[in-house]
Amino acid sequence: MNLRSPLAQALGLGSAKDGTVHWWAQRVTAIALIPLTLWFLFSLLTLPSLDYDTVRTWLSVPFTGFLAVLLVAVTGYHSYLGTTVVVEDYVSSSGMKILSLMLLRFLYVLAGGAGIFAILRLVFGLSRL
Amino acid sequence: MPARVRPTSPHAQIYRWQIGNTLSILHRVTGVALAFGLLALSYWLMALAGGPDSYAAAMRFFQSPVGFGVVLGWTFAFFYHLLNGVRHLFWDAGRGFERTQRHASGWAAVLGAIAFTLCAAAWVWPRL
Repeated sequence: MNLRSPLAQALGLGSAKDGTVHWWAQRVTAIALIPLTLWFLFSLLTLPSLDYDTVRTWLSVPFTGFLAVLLVAVTGYHSYLGTTVVVEDYVSSSGMKILSLMLLRFLYVLAGGAGIFAILRLVFGLSRL
Repeated sequence: MPARVRPTSPHAQIYRWQIGNTLSILHRVTGVALAFGLLALSYWLMALAGGPDSYAAAMRFFQSPVGFGVVLGWTFAFFYHLLNGVRHLFWDAGRGFERTQRHASGWAAVLGAIAFTLCAAAWVWPRL
C-alpha cells in the first residue's frame, strides 16, 4: 500500500514542460480560423476577376487588409502549433529536435512577418518603393 | 534480463487498418500540406505587394497545370482539415463518440471535402 500523497509522488519527477497551454491555443485558433478562412476564400473567389488591379484594390481596403493580417497571423500560429507537434513526434534525437524546432519557429516568424508586411504595404500604399 | 526486441506502441505492423486511423493520419498530412500552403500564401501576398510584374509571375505559376493541381490539392486539404477539425472540436466537447457517429462524421468530412473542392474548382475554372 502506498501512503504517499499524489503530490508527493509527482514532485521531483521533472517538468512536464507545459500544461494545457498548447492544446488550448490549438483549439482557440482553430475556432477563430473557421470564420477567418471561410471569409478569405469566399471574398477572394467572389471577386469579379483575379487580375492585379482587382485583387490589389480589394486587399487595399483597410477592413480587408485588417482581416487578412489576422488571417496570416492566426493561421501562422495555428500551423506553428501543429507542425511543432509533428517535429516533436518524428525527430527523436534531442539535439536535432531543439535545432529543428528553432528553425521551424524562425521560418514561421519569417513567412508570417513577410505576409503581414506585404498586406501592410498594400493598405498603406507603399507598393512601389 | 535478456534484451528482447518487442513491438513498440502503437504496434503499427499489426494494427488493423480502418477509417478512424486513416482519417487521423489524413488530418496530420493535410495540416502539414497546409503549412506549405501558408508559405505560398505569403509568397502570393509579397508578389501582389511587389507590383503587376511579380503578381503576374506568381499567377502564371498558380494557373499553370502543375500550379493549379497543387492549389486544388491545398483546397481539398483545407476543406478536409476544416471539416475534420470541427469533428475534433465536437469530440473535445465530449460528443459524437459512438461508433456509428464516428463513422458517419468521418465519411461526411471526406465526402464534404471532395464536394466543396469540386464546387470551388468549378467556380474558379471559368474565371481563370
